[in-house]
Amino acid sequence: MASTGRVSQDPALLRRLLRAKDRMDAASHEEWPVKRLADVSGVSEAHFARSFKDAFGVPPHRYLLTRRIERAKAMLRDTDMPIIDIALDTGWNSLGTFGRVFKDVTGDSPTELRAREQAGVHSLEQVPHCFVSAAYRPDLKTAVSEKRRQETADTDDPDKEE
Amino acid sequence: MSKGIGVIGLYVHDQDEALDFYVNKLGFNVHADHRNGNYRWLTIKHPNQTSFELGLFLPQEPVLDAATAQTMREMVAKGAMPPLVLIVEDCRAAYDKLRAKGVEFTQEPIARFGGVDANFRDPSGNAWKMIEG
Repeated sequence: MASTGRVSQDPALLRRLLRAKDRMDAASHEEWPVKRLADVSGVSEAHFARSFKDAFGVPPHRYLLTRRIERAKAMLRDTDMPIIDIALDTGWNSLGTFGRVFKDVTGDSPTELRAREQAGVHSLEQVPHCFVSAAYRPDLKTAVSEKRRQETADTDDPDKEE
Repeated sequence: MSKGIGVIGLYVHDQDEALDFYVNKLGFNVHADHRNGNYRWLTIKHPNQTSFELGLFLPQEPVLDAATAQTMREMVAKGAMPPLVLIVEDCRAAYDKLRAKGVEFTQEPIARFGGVDANFRDPSGNAWKMIEG
């Protein structure tokens, strides 16, 4: 597929792929191997990763990563939870992996981000939660993500990328 | 001086499916259902908000050209349409009731910022936020 070309997809398939995306949104801390996602969408594993990327512009594991980082950023900003607890709560198995991936994606370590965010002034109470979370989601179309993407195969288990 | 908004339309994947969902699950009433060939003007009203019609429309020719209609069908199925908000008296009670009817919730009721809200989708993929208010 050409990177600039729009792929036409069956709306019924897209609706089922959306269901997998919704499930990751609702439980991004859980493990989402391709098999589980493919089952939610009712397609084969081989078909799933490709058609998800065609539909939403990012491979499923990278989408999941954005949701996990976004949640971690919110918890660093809004709570005083220990960073190890945030790491485990958002779907990582170790503090080290979390810290490395977090810095790769955001450019800050969790500690640095927390210090900066908590020093700032926020008035997010008036904004619906879903908009706040979307606004804080990392944009993984950046060079950092491309580097990471090239380092790891896209079609594998999304939980393995970390 | 205008009097306000009378109709807003949603794009849906299938009008019969949408009608069943909005009437039999969410409790709207049918207001207008007129056919002209393949084209069907279908609107519903909330029982407590009779000055407002919600249209359930297909993205289709001849209103849209074929390519645009296809794009719109894809966008709806990907959940890309603007958000919709339903106000309920008791979010948790409404959640229990609608879930029992098979409504596809994408977020169970959560209390935050002094209110309770939940998210669901219609069968086409349109996203609703259900807010207690």
